[in-house]
Amino acid sequence: MSRDKILAALRQNQPELVPLPAAMPLERVEILELQAKFKAMAEGIGSTVHLVDEFAAIHPLITARFSGEKRIVSTIKELVSAGIPAFEFDSDPHSYEDVDVAIFKSNLGVAENSALWLTEDQMGIRVLPFITQHIVMVVPLSAIVPDMHTAYQKIGEAEYDFGTFIAGPSKTADIEQSLILGAHGPRSMTIFIYA
Amino acid sequence: MSAPTKTHPELSAVFNKDEERVNWHDETLWWIRQKRDKSANSIPEWEVLREKASQIKSNALSNLAGYLVSFEEKAKANGIIVHWAADAQEHNQIVHQILQKHGIRQLVKSKSMLTEECHLNEYLEKQGLEVIDSDLGERIVQLAKEPPSHIVLPCIHKKKEEIGDLFHQYLGVAAGTSDPQILTEAARVHLRETFLTRKAALTGVNFAIAETGEFVVCTNEGNADMGAHLADVHIACMGIEKIIPKRKHLGVFLRLLARSATGQPITTYSSHFKKPRAGQEMHLVLVDNGRTIQMGREDFRASLKCIRCGACMNTCPVYRRSGGHSYHNAISGPIGAILAPNLDREKYADLPFASTLCGSCTNVCPVKIDIHQQLYKWRQVIVQEGYATSAKKMSMKIMNYTLSSPGVYRTAGKAGRWVLKYIPFAVNNHFNPWYKQRDMPEVPKESFGEWYKKNVK
Ligand code: SF4
Repeated sequence: MSRDKILAALRQNQPELVPLPAAMPLERVEILELQAKFKAMAEGIGSTVHLVDEFAAIHPLITARFSGEKRIVSTIKELVSAGIPAFEFDSDPHSYEDVDVAIFKSNLGVAENSALWLTEDQMGIRVLPFITQHIVMVVPLSAIVPDMHTAYQKIGEAEYDFGTFIAGPSKTADIEQSLILGAHGPRSMTIFIYA
Repeated sequence: MSAPTKTHPELSAVFNKDEERVNWHDETLWWIRQKRDKSANSIPEWEVLREKASQIKSNALSNLAGYLVSFEEKAKANGIIVHWAADAQEHNQIVHQILQKHGIRQLVKSKSMLTEECHLNEYLEKQGLEVIDSDLGERIVQLAKEPPSHIVLPCIHKKKEEIGDLFHQYLGVAAGTSDPQILTEAARVHLRETFLTRKAALTGVNFAIAETGEFVVCTNEGNADMGAHLADVHIACMGIEKIIPKRKHLGVFLRLLARSATGQPITTYSSHFKKPRAGQEMHLVLVDNGRTIQMGREDFRASLKCIRCGACMNTCPVYRRSGGHSYHNAISGPIGAILAPNLDREKYADLPFASTLCGSCTNVCPVKIDIHQQLYKWRQVIVQEGYATSAKKMSMKIMNYTLSSPGVYRTAGKAGRWVLKYIPFAVNNHFNPWYKQRDMPEVPKESFGEWYKKNVK
């Protein structure tokens, strides 16, 4: 059986055990201004960032930006209104093919690269953050951490079936290195950071 | 303009005869290398990160059997069906059997260098199945009936006009279209239809976590996720060396991977697949295909640390001027030249000679593989084992079109400028962009001309 053959060959050929290194120190040389750093990184990779003083300020900004779009879904209850319908679960992922705007709440943002962490229970359905034409992410300021080490420290042993870091709209530079936003996934990403 | 139906050898020959194209290829990759530098230099602890990454990989390799067993146990408990394949043939059969079991004849695939290594597409096509590559660059080379020429940038050798011709022929865009925005949009529409109609999706794996049984797939386009989340069956294929011990180690590797590859701070998507979606079947194929043998070669073991970022290719003066296809192996560039002879010493005897041994690859490698030293060691093995003649013959050919094409090494002045600009080790003065970098390699005690004479005779 290949399994046993492979494992036997490895046990034969792998070297003496090399210990794991100590974890990366979490104090950075660089003192990060988290919010400013996050915003600069996000804008640098094509996202739009709004810093708002309170959660209530987000709704009108979303409706103003996306009023022309046909199918909007919000997985955030507090943002549901006449103009922003609630996400409704359908086990067939294909039924979300025509979603124009999907709204999600992230509880973890990374300043060094502007990635936002989403788990399946925050997505409604796995395909949604990818199949939507535009993605909106809402994140509390307190959820922003300096770097990926602190991000994984926060994720810790958390249980999730699927989770992803999303940094910006989907993109490609495969044609002569010209950066094009909107490869297969969202064409734009709008981030609201609220205090 | 080359017709899209031209064969791979013909296109390679065209590529290498065309001085302007070689210069363009060279400069494009150098530009990516500079983006990598800028990104790396913005992280004060970059060198510490590389060291940690290298040590984590050393640990992972030294206990790979144990980690694989733990990974398998966790993955199974998470509901993933785990398969083991000793070689490419078995890998291809496993994928085929999964598809057969479900009566699926069409597969959508995201980037997986392992499946290139195993020639999965050809295998499945021979069995009458259809495979569509969904990474834009891979789709382009697939339409052109070519292999990828770079592990991260599959169609880096193609001009937008050629891509326009392909899309005109296969996707119905207007003749003469070469605007990347319009071409990308055409591919988006075409591939969206593909994602929505395929019942099975195959993805690669960037990292697999022994501690949790989850695996991580990184893309910019979102194609791996589109495929996997819409399909009834998700098949993920990985080389056994992709295991890392703990989830928290992703912090180290995700900081290094995209910065080293393209200079981005992270890929757009870093997706952690732990359990299949309700109603979905998720398979994971663990592939050896020579890796256990490489593990036993002390001198070359460290090559198994590779995270396939492509930085060593972007920086390599030989790769930049010869193109990925000249390596006639799925993985090209300096790392490909180490991995290939492990699989077939005779066929790939030439590859370790396709290097100036300038050490630039070693200096940029995020997991600190001693790439140029391994290339040097392979040369000795190849000479000892008697494959040197064919190696030199091949290396002669590669070096000829790499370094002696007209205008590249034509006149002393021109050659001098070229050497200054693109051969990192040659001259240490202010014309040399390497001189300003902290990645400045050791300077060999010979001129480029001396080196060239000695190496290709
Ligand atoms: S050998 Fe190092 S630099 Fe080259 S692709 Fe692998 S990880 Fe990247």
